[in-house]
Amino acid sequence: MNFSLTVGLPHYLLVGAMLFCFGLYGVFSKKNAIAVLMSLELMLNAVNINLIAFNRFLWNNPVEGTKHLLLNGHVSAIFVIVVAAAEVAVGLALVISIYRSRLSANVDELDWLKW
Amino acid sequence: MTFPVLTLTLLAPIIAALVIVFLPQDEPKTVKITAALGTFTSLALSLFVYFAYNKQVGGFQFNETIAWTKDLGVTYALGVDGISLPMLLLTNLIGFSAVFASWNIDKRPKEFFILLMILITGVMGTFVAKDLFIFFLFYEVVVIPIYIMVVIWGSSKRVTKEYAGMKLTIYLLMGSAFLLVGLVALYLQSGADTFMITELAKRSATMLPKDFQIIVFGLMLLGFGSLISMFPFHSWSPDGYAGAPTAVSMIHAGVLKKIGGYGLIRVGIYVLPLGAKFWAPVIAILAIANVLYAAFIALAQKDLKYVVGYSSVSHMGYVLIGMFALNMVSVDGAVAQMFAHGVMAALFFSMIGFIYEKSHTRYIPDLGGLAHQMPRLATGFMIAGMASLGLPGTVNFIGEFTIFLGSIKVFLIPAILGIAGIIFTATYNLRVLANVLFGPRRPEWDHLQDIKGPELVPLFVLAFVVIIGGVIPNLLMDMVNSGVHSSGIAAVIQALGQAKGGIF
Amino acid sequence: MIRMEASFQWAWLIPALPLLSFLIIGFITKKWPKLSSTISIAAILTSFVLAVWVDFGVFASGVGAELVEKPYQHVVNWLTFSGVPWGLSAAPLNIEFGTLIDPLSAMMLFVVTLVASLVQIYSVGYMHGDKGYSRYFAYQSLFAMSMLGLVLSTNLLQLFIFWELVGLCSYLLIGFWFFKPSAREAAKKAFMTTRVGDFGLLLGILFLLNKFGTLNFVQLFHMMTPEVKAMVAVGGVSYLTLTAFLVFIGPIGKSGQFPLHVWLPDAMEGPTPVSALIHAATMVVAGVYLIARIYFLFQGASPAALEFVASLGGFTAIFAASIAIAQNDIKRILAYSTLSQLGYMVMALGVGSLTAGMFHLMTHAFFKALMFLGAGSVIHALHEKQDIWEMGGLWKKMRITGTTFAIGVLAIAGVPPLAGFFSKDEILSAALHNGHPVLFGIGLFTAMLTAFYMTRLFVIAFMGPEKAENHPHESPWVMTLPLVILAFFSIVGGWAGIPEHGFAYFVRPWGSEFEPEAMNWLVAGPSIIVGLAGIILSYIVYYGKASDPVEAAFPRVYKVLKNKYYVDEFYLWIIKHIVDGIGKVLYWFDIYIVDGIVDGLAWIARSLGSLFRRAQTGQLQVYAIIFFVALIVLFLAVTYGEGQLHALNPLALGGGK
Repeated sequence: MNFSLTVGLPHYLLVGAMLFCFGLYGVFSKKNAIAVLMSLELMLNAVNINLIAFNRFLWNNPVEGTKHLLLNGHVSAIFVIVVAAAEVAVGLALVISIYRSRLSANVDELDWLKW
Repeated sequence: MTFPVLTLTLLAPIIAALVIVFLPQDEPKTVKITAALGTFTSLALSLFVYFAYNKQVGGFQFNETIAWTKDLGVTYALGVDGISLPMLLLTNLIGFSAVFASWNIDKRPKEFFILLMILITGVMGTFVAKDLFIFFLFYEVVVIPIYIMVVIWGSSKRVTKEYAGMKLTIYLLMGSAFLLVGLVALYLQSGADTFMITELAKRSATMLPKDFQIIVFGLMLLGFGSLISMFPFHSWSPDGYAGAPTAVSMIHAGVLKKIGGYGLIRVGIYVLPLGAKFWAPVIAILAIANVLYAAFIALAQKDLKYVVGYSSVSHMGYVLIGMFALNMVSVDGAVAQMFAHGVMAALFFSMIGFIYEKSHTRYIPDLGGLAHQMPRLATGFMIAGMASLGLPGTVNFIGEFTIFLGSIKVFLIPAILGIAGIIFTATYNLRVLANVLFGPRRPEWDHLQDIKGPELVPLFVLAFVVIIGGVIPNLLMDMVNSGVHSSGIAAVIQALGQAKGGIF
Repeated sequence: MIRMEASFQWAWLIPALPLLSFLIIGFITKKWPKLSSTISIAAILTSFVLAVWVDFGVFASGVGAELVEKPYQHVVNWLTFSGVPWGLSAAPLNIEFGTLIDPLSAMMLFVVTLVASLVQIYSVGYMHGDKGYSRYFAYQSLFAMSMLGLVLSTNLLQLFIFWELVGLCSYLLIGFWFFKPSAREAAKKAFMTTRVGDFGLLLGILFLLNKFGTLNFVQLFHMMTPEVKAMVAVGGVSYLTLTAFLVFIGPIGKSGQFPLHVWLPDAMEGPTPVSALIHAATMVVAGVYLIARIYFLFQGASPAALEFVASLGGFTAIFAASIAIAQNDIKRILAYSTLSQLGYMVMALGVGSLTAGMFHLMTHAFFKALMFLGAGSVIHALHEKQDIWEMGGLWKKMRITGTTFAIGVLAIAGVPPLAGFFSKDEILSAALHNGHPVLFGIGLFTAMLTAFYMTRLFVIAFMGPEKAENHPHESPWVMTLPLVILAFFSIVGGWAGIPEHGFAYFVRPWGSEFEPEAMNWLVAGPSIIVGLAGIILSYIVYYGKASDPVEAAFPRVYKVLKNKYYVDEFYLWIIKHIVDGIGKVLYWFDIYIVDGIVDGLAWIARSLGSLFRRAQTGQLQVYAIIFFVALIVLFLAVTYGEGQLHALNPLALGGGK
């Protein structure tokens, strides 16, 4: 039995995928708009994990001629975090304003833009 | 490069429109005068071109060519010949008159005249464009102002103005969709990498196989045919005219319809002669349907504009049969008839417009005896009616006679049926004249003022053209002859070699 | 001879002057009635003088006979078609305008300008004080221009154009009092009925032009070769026969031949001088003139064509004469009489005598214009009363009108030596001479009928018992002077036909040999006898009666005659039920079927739209699931189905890459 406890890329990806699926499930099934937003955050974070993991395991080399490592994945993750923050701010604002006027945050009832 | 007189003709109304944009909203008089000046400049320039054109030389003159989108092979190419010149002149005659026919507009005059100027420019552009793409572009420019004008300044009678405007616009856009397909097909198949009509025509014999021509001509027929209100694609026309304000009815019936006829000659016959020959018998039958069917329906109408609307459908039948008898004389006649009908229809609509504006009704049984109160208007109405029934001495007779002469040789039975149409045309026209103008004086119309001042301009301009064209027909016919002879259509027609048969 | 040609060169002025007068009145002097009428009369009188000058050149200088062989023509190009060779002449197609002078047109010039001048002078009195006085004279001038242009036409299209213009003037003048619905309807009816005839004429013109490539009368005449005559159109009918029939439809409409005669009696709604000029003396005979102009066409056609012309003319003559017996409106009696006399002229042409037809045209113009103007004088005196039974005793009060009217009656009844006797006699002898005994009989009987109803009119209106409520007075001199002049011509006009005076020598078909003919007393005798018989019979029946004895004796026949054989009712029924019916049915078809399909297409588009929008639930999560599933499907397809996917490429379907 050779247990290798090394945590490698597949593990990160697995965690990312699980998180993503949880998020996806939440987005599809939750009725409360806030819960949907939270699930969305889960999915975004899953993506962040992937980005950073890929950067660490596949692209862990310095920029040509310097000692600095390439950090594209990290930067992207930070972008995602910023965008997510902004998105949550806007999303929550919308949800709250809808809730105020309709007294409901049930996404099934928010279909009055359909036609 | 010579003096760009055609571009200037196109620009005059646009400049007027730009000036109007900067005029204050509360000075409608200035707006109208500016519009009149703009259209007058165009009219004067096109008159100059008409008389400066060298008929002996023929062909396209006053050419202007600027490469526009080289990659696509689109050229801003303008030029006129004996077929487009009468149309250009017609547009400006009617455009100029239309401004005066709308002299009493007081609802948003600024917007109205801006749109009118754009409309006139668009129509003019289609007639002077030598490039099919530019032609199409100008055509599209025309459609939108019309929609807006009908919906805002129109009138609702049997159908609402919204319905009328929508019907008109959708019909024209559907037509242009078919046109666009045909146009692109032509461009690709000819391999000329240009939209220049003359270039396309040069390659038609070698590059465009017969089947291709038949299909593409069919597409063009759908497009141009609905524009010229060929049966059964005519139903937009009466409703559209009825809904539209006077100026739009005038321009629409007067010139816009003629774009269809013009396109059928320029593109249909000239570029796709084999297709034209294939479809000619079908068109002849539909054309006769136009003539008789619409004439009978006009008999049953009670709304003045519907009478003239159906009458113009009926007259277009003559144009179609003349065009597709495919001989020199009949094509001559078709062009002359387009001009003649344009002037007549514009005169008719402007007179009806004044009646409606003053009495607020177009319902024939409500009217009557108007010759008592409005003798000048009655004169104009009378001239229009007589021109409509093709009385000799009006330019319409010249057109009709020439068409009959050319087409009876080719389509004996349809032509005879078409000529029988003159009886029914006379019937509905005389009925309208009798019921609207004549009869006992009606006190309820005693308050109506006869047309005066600027309102007389359409009457004078258009009636003068109707009569001078009928008395000295060579003013028009020499030009048309030179057009048909020199534009290459003559060669095409000869090549088609009409089989001689029948009793002639 | 050169001096004479000078007058021919100026012949174009004859129609041009009235045109000028029309323009001046229409644009300038409309506000000043007296000035307008003066201008108009001055113009037509000048034309009359010019016409006399031309006539002098034609008849008095010895060139007349030459002109029959070679008419004088002066033309300018008017309308060029596309210059392609056309028809037999193979010359580039164009239409000319100009003047053609031969004895036929010269004779017509004289008649038209004379009657038109007199009528216009008369109108000064008759139309005095009318609101549309200037307008009236403008129309009169326009009419004079059109009619003279028609007479001088060098080709068939020019003739057709003026033909339509006289129709227009007739329309305008019938409807002159447009506030009267009856006048309005009559004008419309006249235009429409003649339009039916014009349809045939136009077809004939087109057939001729297409075949021959020219419409010039002289050129056409010279093209009538035996080969041309032998050409067959359809079904064994020769081409010329077909064309002749078509062209003849025009005169049927214009000259009021059965079955298109219905408009002429109604046209009496116009002012009476108009009836005299247009609907008796000039315009209605345009059809006769047209037949005479293209007589060579009928001669070249198969005999059936002329046979048909003669029969129709004869039938119209007797048909209209019989109706005239039962009419009570003075103008309508004269109108039916005109129809009958027009039938006479057409019959004359049909039996092969152009001379007789044109001769009768001329004399008829004199005496019928005379009687119409006389009737106008009576109507004027009685304040618009037109029923002859309400008249009576006018003879004593209106001596000039009465005397001149009597001359007219005697002239039309064919009493020698008045004008009608000579022309009627020529027609009858031509019918007998050329082998039409039946038509001769009809003509003779019609002559008796004519004498009968004309005497009836005169006896009742002028010699009947006086009515207390009427205060007739003689008309002013401007109205009686034309009566006197016309009475003079009604007496002497016929003398032109005496063989020595040579009417027949001048007015004969082109290229025909002149055959002098002595008076045929075998024909003239019976003709005089039936004329006198008609007069005497009528006098016996009607003198001193206050109501129609014929109506009492034959009520059924009388009713049919009074209702004009119900022809109008029949046409009205056709127009109302058939023509308008078709119109309504087609309109229904247009709105509900053609437009229905259009609106139906729009409806289909709309309903498809509203069907598919159901797919839009508005629930974000459903969209997301669909999006996700689609993504997976696409992913799988791209991963595992590469080859198959390529086949779906629309570009690949077209064969390209």
